[in-house]
Amino acid sequence: MFTTASTTSDKILQMFAAILLFAAAVGVILFAASRVSGKRDRAVAALYLLPTVLMLSVGLLYPGVRTIYQSFFDASLSNFIGVDNYTKIFTDAEQLVVLRNTAFWVLVTPFAATGIGLLYAILVDKARMESFAKALIFLPMSISFVAASVIWKFMYEYRPDQRNVEQIGLVNQVIVWLGGKPVQLLIESPLNTFLLIVVMIWIQAGFAMTVLSAAIKAIPDDIIEAARLDGVGPWGMFRFVTLPAIRPAVVVVLTTIAIGTLKVFDIVQTMTGGRFDTNVIANEFYSQSFRSNDKGLGSALAVVLFVLVIPIVVYNIRQLRRSEA
Amino acid sequence: MTTAAPLTTTPVSKSETKKLSAAATAKNRLTSPWASLAAVVIAVLWTIPTFGLLISSFRPEMAIKRTGWWTFFSDPEVTLDNYRAVFDDGGINLADFFLNSLVITIPSVVIPLCLASLAAYAFAWMNFPGKNVLFIAIFALQIVPLQVTLVPLLQLYVKAELNNTFWTLWLSHSTFALPLAIYLLHNFIKEVPASLIEAARIDGAGHVSIFFKVLLPLLTPALAAFGIFQFLWVWNDLLVSLTFAGSPEISPMTVQLSNLSGTRGTAWHLLSAGAFVSIVVPVTVFLLLQRYFVRGLLAGSVKG
Amino acid sequence: MGLVFGLSACGDGDDDSGATTGASAAAIDCSPYTAFGDLKGKTVTIYTGIVTPEDTPHKESYKPFEQCTGVTVKYEGDKAFETQILVRAEAGNPPDIAYVPQPGLLQNLVKTGKAVEAPAETAANVDKFFGPDWKAYGTVDGKFYAAPLGANVKSLVWYSPKEFADKGYQVPTTLDELKQLSDKIVQDGGKPWCAGIASGEATGWPLTDWMEDFMLRLSGAETYDKWVKHEIPFNGPEATAALDAVGAYLKNDQYVNGGLGDVKSIAGTTFQDAGLPILEGQCSLHRQASFYAANFPAGTKVAKDGDIYAFYLPGKDATTKPVLGGGEFVLAFADRPEVKAFQTYLSSDVWANTKAKVSSGWVSANKGLDPANLTNPIDQLSAGILQDPNAQFRFDGSDMMPGAVGANSFWKQTTAWITGQDTKTTLDNIENSWPK
Repeated sequence: MFTTASTTSDKILQMFAAILLFAAAVGVILFAASRVSGKRDRAVAALYLLPTVLMLSVGLLYPGVRTIYQSFFDASLSNFIGVDNYTKIFTDAEQLVVLRNTAFWVLVTPFAATGIGLLYAILVDKARMESFAKALIFLPMSISFVAASVIWKFMYEYRPDQRNVEQIGLVNQVIVWLGGKPVQLLIESPLNTFLLIVVMIWIQAGFAMTVLSAAIKAIPDDIIEAARLDGVGPWGMFRFVTLPAIRPAVVVVLTTIAIGTLKVFDIVQTMTGGRFDTNVIANEFYSQSFRSNDKGLGSALAVVLFVLVIPIVVYNIRQLRRSEA
Repeated sequence: MTTAAPLTTTPVSKSETKKLSAAATAKNRLTSPWASLAAVVIAVLWTIPTFGLLISSFRPEMAIKRTGWWTFFSDPEVTLDNYRAVFDDGGINLADFFLNSLVITIPSVVIPLCLASLAAYAFAWMNFPGKNVLFIAIFALQIVPLQVTLVPLLQLYVKAELNNTFWTLWLSHSTFALPLAIYLLHNFIKEVPASLIEAARIDGAGHVSIFFKVLLPLLTPALAAFGIFQFLWVWNDLLVSLTFAGSPEISPMTVQLSNLSGTRGTAWHLLSAGAFVSIVVPVTVFLLLQRYFVRGLLAGSVKG
Repeated sequence: MGLVFGLSACGDGDDDSGATTGASAAAIDCSPYTAFGDLKGKTVTIYTGIVTPEDTPHKESYKPFEQCTGVTVKYEGDKAFETQILVRAEAGNPPDIAYVPQPGLLQNLVKTGKAVEAPAETAANVDKFFGPDWKAYGTVDGKFYAAPLGANVKSLVWYSPKEFADKGYQVPTTLDELKQLSDKIVQDGGKPWCAGIASGEATGWPLTDWMEDFMLRLSGAETYDKWVKHEIPFNGPEATAALDAVGAYLKNDQYVNGGLGDVKSIAGTTFQDAGLPILEGQCSLHRQASFYAANFPAGTKVAKDGDIYAFYLPGKDATTKPVLGGGEFVLAFADRPEVKAFQTYLSSDVWANTKAKVSSGWVSANKGLDPANLTNPIDQLSAGILQDPNAQFRFDGSDMMPGAVGANSFWKQTTAWITGQDTKTTLDNIENSWPK
């Protein structure tokens, strides 16, 4: 069962075997846990966490630490060069644009996507055809980046203002219909960065909407009823009832989208290749590591990504503490 | 914590408010024309790009390259050639890759869900030294870019002689999903009222039976929600499959799809059809599970 | 399940249902491969960036070998090949054979220590059928690793033969004539050139080709070699002259960008779309490699008397004939007999001619290739240029430079140049990025 499956039945058999194997492993853990008498949390917790910690140590922690180590080396990883790679990231003009754009991305995307997702979730809540309406916003989430790049080509493409030439990008067509001249949307900086961010918002709003809608539906009716009896209007209802109730979910959504945004490189890579001042850390990391073959600088960029997530972690810890208090 | 909402206590005439439920409130809001308009505008904006792709996938190659897809309405030219090419020509057998995608995705959803719910339970309802530090560490691991794991992980798989098997994909996807899964599920689990857990404990239930009898039913919607997202992420993944699949026999559809555009990337017409084929499954899964998990959430609502 | 899947046939190649379409059924002389022993039932895996539809003729062309030896060749095409192959090699999971399109990448792959030298039989074939320059591209640190496979000619200018005939334009034979032709088209009220450089993460590469072509023409092949090896600075007077010469065409608002916009639109147009305005009569000239033929829509007649054809981008004068081009190299990561046998097959004239008969848009620098076997006029033109004894072939320089330049700053800086950055800043920035 640990070989390359080549026939249909092999593949399906192997799939069930894998699931069974894991079910068995979980079963053993649970059985062992039930043998541990009384309230000895420590032993049970260790059992529950064992597979997770094992997989994460090998699959993420070790490569992560290795990356930090490599970030102090040169392109071929043969000479120790101290913090030179970091110096470059924070002084080189090209790299500073990369940092600036990453800041745009991570500041705009989570709030915009969450805001739109929340607004939409409230607007369609209990409306007729709610699930159809939600499926429309969710649709972009289910599209791979390969497909998304084709989709947005048909939005942003530019054709010149010339006889016999028609626009094939919808945005420019709308500009032309409104009497304007077509714009080279993906070349004009900083407009282009925000147009790329729009694609990410378009994808992520569905995630925000889905999670927040579920949270909204989980607000107990009696709370709403009580507020209603107190004469709270729609805005007050949102401000004093809905928002506090779904606050944990909002934090989760913001955090998840922020981290996803930091990591995204496909959109930039396929649409502009990071040219015209649109580069972001994740894409620069990719091109340094795999195109330029500068492993040291690539690793340092990955470490910067890691550092950028610290504020998000701290914020979440605060939220955690607050809810436990 | 939900009860902390500061409520104003302005007295109002009872006749107005008596029979209004939450649903009615919502309806009231929706009858506001501005609210409906906003909803429609968002829905249209979000749908137009995909709609354009759908139209394009039925247009002939030259039409796609020369005119915008909206001209379809004034000058409709329909062809199934793009779809035919995706399915028949050039020996591309999408059915094979479709099966691979399914075989890759299902265990990659089930495995992390099982492991993450165990871990999330431990973090939410057990006490052990270093709990917070460990939780934060796992949370922070979300940011490790997948690309840095490719070489070290592949080296391990080669040593374990797992290379070119589905196992590389199942294990990788599961591992990469764990931090987010644990974070999300932990947030749901800790919302379960402590009184429920305490009551079960007083009845003499151990961690195993609390987990199964008390928590699991409450957790179903959260599991379904995360399951959907993980399904989408794995289904649409390209990077992990490119590196670890390493053999066309086990490659998923995304790999095939990205090759559809041709060696030098000219076949937009094929890509638009191929992209649509790949969207069908995730959307179906969403539509099927959506009802289930919203209903589940409502049934599992015990807060307050 | 309701789905039926064909079992992948293993063993000898009896699954040749499509063999009737081409020359694959033609028997070849099997004797060169008997020396490798009994290979029946063995498998060779290939990993390459060549995907659909160009992969089909490749697979077709392996059939005579499969029939001779009973070896199964497993082909994996992947658009992300150039980044993935390094990951796979470093991690110890390489294919048996990779088709490497850049000598620079080839060197990096050899550095991983996983690649193996080409067998003596292959080396003998290469000595016989290829020029020493081509052998040198596949040689790292004095050891011969990789035999050339396909090739392409980059010094081509696409044009419409019909338009040339109608307006009385002549195919230019010197750079001066090219300039005069461009001016004439302007006088006739047209925009002579169209260009586009967008190509995802590789955006900018067509400009590097432009610059290399002019470097070759203005300063000669020897200076070009020094420049590629960084024996002279990247931002020296020769390079400045070359880039400025490109600018005289591409940064000239009168010359570009026919049917596509202004100078800046070069940056935003995908290289695939850039030559299509010729078909609409909106531009007349487009400098792009021989493989560009595949970008014209089905039904376009590519021929000397057709809708579209190409001429050789002329040298400074009619006597010199520098040719810029590219190609793939067959690098092996295993030295099993069946792999060696297959390498030997791919480096032979037999394979080159078999491949020629089944493909369109493909050519090789193999001297044993009979141009008459090529099916496509552009391929015949390319083969003619490659086999011309007066031609001075040079490999695409950016493919030979270190990745930090050839696959990074060269692309990025020339892109910035076309959107407004001056020549000096551009070349200085590239020079500074050269690894020390």
